[in-house]
Amino acid sequence: MTLNLFLGQALNGLQFGILLFLMAAGLTLVFGIMSFVNLAHGSLYMFGAYFAATVASYSGSFVLAIFSSMVLIFLLGAAIDRAGLSILHRRSHLDQVLATFGLVLFSNELVRVVWGNAPIYMDAPDYLSDAVNIFGLNYPAYRFAIIVAGLLVALGLYLLIERTRIGMLIRAGASNRTMVSALGVNIAWLNRFVFALGAGLAGLAGALVGPILSVEPGMGEPVLILTLVVIVIGGIGSIRGAFFGAIVVGLVDTMGRVFVPIWLRATFDPAMAAAIGPALASMLVYLMMAVILAFKPEGLFPLRARG
Amino acid sequence: MADPITAPIPVRADRRVWVAGFLMVLFALVPLYAWRADDVYVLTYFGRMLIFALAAVGLNLILGFGAMASLGHAMYFGFGAYTVGILSTWGLTNGWLHLSLALAVTAFIAIPVGWIALRTRGMAFIMITLAFAQLFFYVFVSLRAFGGDEGLSLTELSGFGALTGNKYAIYLSLLITLVLVLWFTHRLVKSRFGLVLRASRHNESRLNALGTASQPYRLVAYVLSAQICALAGFFMANLTGFVSPSLMSWLISAEFMVMVLLGGMGTVFGPVIGAAGLLLIEDGLKTVTEHWPLVLGALIVLAVIWLRQGLWGLMAPSGDTKASPVDQGEH
Amino acid sequence: MWALPSDVAHTKPMLLTVDSLVKHYGGLCVTDHVNLSVAHGEIHALIGPNGAGKTTLINQITGAVVSDAGRICLSGADVTTWSMAKRARAGMSRSYQINALVASFSALENVLLAVQAGRGHNFYFFKPVMQEQQMVQEAHAFLDRVGFGDDRNQRVAALAYGQQRLVEVAMAMATHPRLLLLDEPMAGLGPTESERMIELLDSLRADYGMLLVEHDMQAVFALANRISVLVYGQVLLCDTPANVRVSELVREAYLGDEDLQ
Repeated sequence: MTLNLFLGQALNGLQFGILLFLMAAGLTLVFGIMSFVNLAHGSLYMFGAYFAATVASYSGSFVLAIFSSMVLIFLLGAAIDRAGLSILHRRSHLDQVLATFGLVLFSNELVRVVWGNAPIYMDAPDYLSDAVNIFGLNYPAYRFAIIVAGLLVALGLYLLIERTRIGMLIRAGASNRTMVSALGVNIAWLNRFVFALGAGLAGLAGALVGPILSVEPGMGEPVLILTLVVIVIGGIGSIRGAFFGAIVVGLVDTMGRVFVPIWLRATFDPAMAAAIGPALASMLVYLMMAVILAFKPEGLFPLRARG
Repeated sequence: MADPITAPIPVRADRRVWVAGFLMVLFALVPLYAWRADDVYVLTYFGRMLIFALAAVGLNLILGFGAMASLGHAMYFGFGAYTVGILSTWGLTNGWLHLSLALAVTAFIAIPVGWIALRTRGMAFIMITLAFAQLFFYVFVSLRAFGGDEGLSLTELSGFGALTGNKYAIYLSLLITLVLVLWFTHRLVKSRFGLVLRASRHNESRLNALGTASQPYRLVAYVLSAQICALAGFFMANLTGFVSPSLMSWLISAEFMVMVLLGGMGTVFGPVIGAAGLLLIEDGLKTVTEHWPLVLGALIVLAVIWLRQGLWGLMAPSGDTKASPVDQGEH
Repeated sequence: MWALPSDVAHTKPMLLTVDSLVKHYGGLCVTDHVNLSVAHGEIHALIGPNGAGKTTLINQITGAVVSDAGRICLSGADVTTWSMAKRARAGMSRSYQINALVASFSALENVLLAVQAGRGHNFYFFKPVMQEQQMVQEAHAFLDRVGFGDDRNQRVAALAYGQQRLVEVAMAMATHPRLLLLDEPMAGLGPTESERMIELLDSLRADYGMLLVEHDMQAVFALANRISVLVYGQVLLCDTPANVRVSELVREAYLGDEDLQ
């Protein structure tokens, strides 16, 4: 039983980590290229979930919901950038934090206006509502599909960044912004593309998460904060750092919540374990972050050069 | 043009000093009104304003003067409140115990958190302070013994003899505390410590080259500002009789920041204006529409983009090239 | 004026000795086994083509950059592993090539910052620094000493560049150091201001030991007791100005540069 529990939770952790990676990749790219911190990234995730749920319920097609959501949020990202968010690129990080905070308030309320306060639900498609057999464990097919989809996206992102021209520009921009624009590259378009790409990934994450979490106002912020932890641990601006950071955070958080109470119950008396168990489990990821930062303030895979 | 911070007070006093004084007098008149109109609710209403003003003044110490953008200061606000809540639940009701323990616990946590966070700068600092606040938020959410997610209604408040729970006493001591903290901040920024703190915003390397290691000073400033927030939390628990993890939510931290920005960073009195202003705007919007966050969110975005000096900065005497001597530069 | 003061040469311990200092940036050796010494009362100029590694060397000496190998001794004490602040408290001070003033402070506040830094810790929370009569007077004195002529209470960001440069030097002096490391103090100054700066540094000679990084050859030859020529991270020559002036080695290094005439 314990092995199954362990494996199951590890897979859950992996799945959670993949979702965090989708969020973190976009956010860290945007920060790396444009030095722009976007607290409203969680809102993009939220919009993705809402769009997907809505499209799914109207069209009945899960695949359509996911893809259209991703495309829509990609376009939304481009539109927001075009509409004026780029003014903030030149401002201090504090200004960016506060302005995007305003956007968060706005977005959460907008969602309430359009869809109401109550959570809405999205069903996993029939062909994924069963279980798959992994090393003897029956694991929910949908969650497994998320892992697979996420890894494919990660691979696609890797190929994009490492093997294409635009990826090269992105990498160059991450280490030396001014140089890239001096080379005659339309930096505004590059920025817009990166921002939209990040938005699209966040939207995808939101869309994928619909069937397993409730879609409600404010759902973006808890995920956003964990995403920030991922980025800080991984190294701001680094996609590789985002990937490893996300997997680590996903695993530690998920497995911590299950195994820390178990360990506590085995070690201490039930009353004590019940009192501090949940608290300790919640703290685990942040404690890990604190320890990592105490030794490596720049994160585990920091980018070297800066523009 | 004289530097407003350290220059001697000019003979013709800055009109803002008069406005600040006037405002504080208004606040002092509230209990009088409450007594005459037999309306204790105004004490709670304006008391809340004073509490947020106090917290904003605390945050401004490091944000405005030290360029340390902590997006997690609500956690210290929560510590102050929960100290009252937890001790009361355990039957320890002595008010002075509540107060001193709130400050002590806050310092105890702020020192390691600050030490770790201050190893980073800029964006990373913002994110790390946010993450730590989340950590404690979830800790308190999971403490079912003290209400957990839903919070705790306090049956007992901080015991100060006959004045326990007396709204007038709470309000007036809160007002006096705010005035004292404002005075303390005013002295602090002009002091030798303040000079180091303000220099450490952009010139840490220079400071080190002069022989002053800047980290200890920034850490001390961080801890002091945390304790001021805890003080605000202490009053919050007593004023409302209710504590909940939402006091530590990042939304509150962000609100503190907006108040400091709105008021005018790097001025002593600015945060008071910012706090009062934001709360009044929120309440005003609430009467107009139930979807007030839409308007507030938009207003905040616009304020950040256009209102760089804050409301207090706008009121500076004309002729000052920059009302706030502190640059809102990259940090 | 063209040689070390006789009582200093070979008898007193050097104020600063740099012993085989090394620094690599990746594959590039920026500081290549540099030996250097500065005596009290000496102005030791460090010259060299752009990119020779002069500022890096200064950074290594002050501790802003960690050296890969070598030793730095201040008045006999090995400070190689000391932090920047610790070295500063031991008597080392520097001015910056690009002004590193606190832009939002006035000239007086900037110098005060240095004065109070030289006086132990600064965890004083209540007394306004402007009421510390002794320190304020000292700050004024330093500004007088460097010939600062503008509004001392105005934000330095609004001052003329030449005046800002003076504040830079005043700050470097105000911690009461023994060793002054000056990184291109003439940078950006016009002819009159340069003259005044040269006079100022000359007048300071007896009170400090100075390592002067400069491109302005007029200043270098007017002031230096000794000159070290740094090329590609190596000290090509360390000698009196007269000898450096006629050196073939140095001429080659400065090929195309007519300043030596």
